[in-house]
Amino acid sequence: MDFSLTPEQGMLQDSLRKFLANEYGFDSRRKRAESADGFSRDTWAQLAELGLLGIAISEDDGGLGGDAFDSMLVMESLGRALVVEPYLSTVVLGGATIAAAGNADQKAKWLPAIVGGETLVAFAHGEPRSRYALSHVECTAKADGAGWKLDGQKAVVRDAATADVLLVSARTAGSTSDEKGISLFLVDAKAKGVAIRGYATQDGGRAGEVTLTGVQVDKDALLGNAGEAYPVIERAVDRGIAGLCAEALGIIDALNEATLEYLKTRQQFGQPIGRFQALQHRMVDMTIRAVEARSMAIVAAAGANDSDPMERRRKVSAAKAHIGQCARYVGQQAVQLHGGIGVTDELIVSHWFKRLAMINATFGDAEHHLGVFSDLLLKEDA
Amino acid sequence: MNLAHTAEEIAFRDDVHAFIAKNLPPEIAAKVHGGKRLGRDDYMTWHKILARQGWVAPGWPKEFGGPGWNTVQQQIFDDECAAAGAPRILPFGVKMVAPVIMRFGNAAQKQHFLPRILSGEDWWCQGYSEPGAGSDLASLKTKAERAGDHYVVNGQKTWNTLGQFADWIFVLVRTASAGRPQEGISFLLVDMKTPGITVRPIRMLDGEHEINEVWFENVKVPVANLVGEENKGWTCAKFLLGHERTGIAGVGACKRELKHLKEIARREPAGGGDSLMKDVRFRDRIAQVEIELMALEVTNLRVLSAEAEGGKRAPGPEASILKVRGTEIQQSLSELMMQAVGVYGIPYVPEALDAEWGGVPVGAEYAAPLSGHYFNMRKTSIYGGSNEIQKNIVAQLSLGL
Repeated sequence: MDFSLTPEQGMLQDSLRKFLANEYGFDSRRKRAESADGFSRDTWAQLAELGLLGIAISEDDGGLGGDAFDSMLVMESLGRALVVEPYLSTVVLGGATIAAAGNADQKAKWLPAIVGGETLVAFAHGEPRSRYALSHVECTAKADGAGWKLDGQKAVVRDAATADVLLVSARTAGSTSDEKGISLFLVDAKAKGVAIRGYATQDGGRAGEVTLTGVQVDKDALLGNAGEAYPVIERAVDRGIAGLCAEALGIIDALNEATLEYLKTRQQFGQPIGRFQALQHRMVDMTIRAVEARSMAIVAAAGANDSDPMERRRKVSAAKAHIGQCARYVGQQAVQLHGGIGVTDELIVSHWFKRLAMINATFGDAEHHLGVFSDLLLKEDA
Repeated sequence: MNLAHTAEEIAFRDDVHAFIAKNLPPEIAAKVHGGKRLGRDDYMTWHKILARQGWVAPGWPKEFGGPGWNTVQQQIFDDECAAAGAPRILPFGVKMVAPVIMRFGNAAQKQHFLPRILSGEDWWCQGYSEPGAGSDLASLKTKAERAGDHYVVNGQKTWNTLGQFADWIFVLVRTASAGRPQEGISFLLVDMKTPGITVRPIRMLDGEHEINEVWFENVKVPVANLVGEENKGWTCAKFLLGHERTGIAGVGACKRELKHLKEIARREPAGGGDSLMKDVRFRDRIAQVEIELMALEVTNLRVLSAEAEGGKRAPGPEASILKVRGTEIQQSLSELMMQAVGVYGIPYVPEALDAEWGGVPVGAEYAAPLSGHYFNMRKTSIYGGSNEIQKNIVAQLSLGL
């Protein structure tokens, strides 16, 4: 057992943190979020130069061949700085999924462009009626000549409006909630019949509703085998969850540091408010959650790669549930302990808090994953 | 980073597992699994088995007879013992007084007491708390007055665990009253057979006799039994409290209890034919505590492997965090087990806690100890420095508040 960082991981973390400290102050982040794209393409190019866009992609496919813990370190740092660039969408959900499920041609076509920062991807899986059920796919793909014709709607697709290519799930067989019969397609975002209604999200990011009306794609748009995409989607989402857990961890630590600093400086009743035991104990409870959130982010990273599907499900869902609870507690208490200033837009605290809440609502909240974990107990041997 | 155990760690675990499987008497394991009362012999039998193997004091340095394990190995050993249903090795000798003797004792004390602790020849108990000095330990009043080559001790200690079986007690006494309350305290080793010592049982809320008051009335203690310097016992006291970290979170015991909880939930009816395990509201609560236990386990391993790497042994805020979360989870598990048996948590049949009792249990066989266990577990957030005190420690040492 080894929980220490390798020298390479230490360097990766240092260089990324330094870069973000220089380039990614809170005001600068706000400007990016308010720009037309909702992020900075210059920054994206810089992230590509740093090699970060290839972390999750093997060296054979033109990436750096990092492991789940490398991705964890990156996401943790991006979380802390509230980075709005589409890293999770393009790299974790997009690139890694194409690398895992694509054929040689697809990998050669897409991965170098993703690693180089030229192509942005959005993961268009969730639908208006699916909530967090991964197998609920109403969107359809019908064989049409040499290719497929797609119809349906995808809900709250992160970074949809700026994506060059959409990773779209659609049903090629089976009924609405069957795991079998789902397929994944690489769809050009500019293709005829694709309509994207983009909007801002609560956390300063961007998302969109994607409507597909008779969208024609070639047969080489199919990622993996027809009807067998469910496990691919599940793994992609699990990688996404591990990424979100790490991102939440970065935010939780940042919120605790800011709150601790505030407790030591803010004067009330003639002394720093951190002198009051009621607040000290609250801060300790927040610290304990941060310590445990780090443990569970490690579990998520390990879990997303677990070859045993039941173990993978257990670990990933346990981590998402637990970090969701930790994030809720730390976020709410950080705002509370900051008092009035904590509920203003001017302070980064409220933005960290909002991002945590939106992470919880992505790929299943704490209650959902507690339920998943709970139901797995029925499958345990007596 | 790598969550998995190394090949060496797995081989070590297999060795430990095989030894326990072969040597732990099944009737003792059955008592532990069944929540039955353990007697002095149960503890001593297992102590002596481990002593012969050289495993009774995992945290001791090799020169004093420890096995030379690192903290991760110690945790693996703890986990395997708990899973198998081994009685815990009582900490009072091995984990409390022995490290103090090793650090502050003189050569004669080391030579005399340490081998006897290892072999199980002496059963130790603790004399720290007093009615007026719990978490505020420095306010203790038990007095020791020097009279030639011995001290005369007078006063009262309380919350003494299993002292009814003990041969020796280590006591904090006041040898001077000037200065700050932490000054003027001394650390004495006292033979329980010394005239003037009275042990009075305190019946606890679960109806059991685990705890005592110990009264000292003109008890003569040789000066040779003073550990360290007179009036400098506070250093020993603090060292003792912060010493042992492995096992503090109780992960192994929690895993055993979780398994027991699941077995009960599978066997209990939910009230309509299905098992309680199929009741989604109850099952979610099991899931919740299991996830919390996962987080605790990995946190525990992170702390221990950092220690194994850095050779860090000093008490610190991590131990407080492990204590707080470990005890909260122990309490949740005990509460869920009691709730799992529903109305059969109500009958009070203390005879059923005796493994030898031949009577007919009320309800399922496993039900009898559960409520008592829940009541008893309330102590965990109070003893060893209440959880509120642990939070004060984290606030001060880790957060600088």
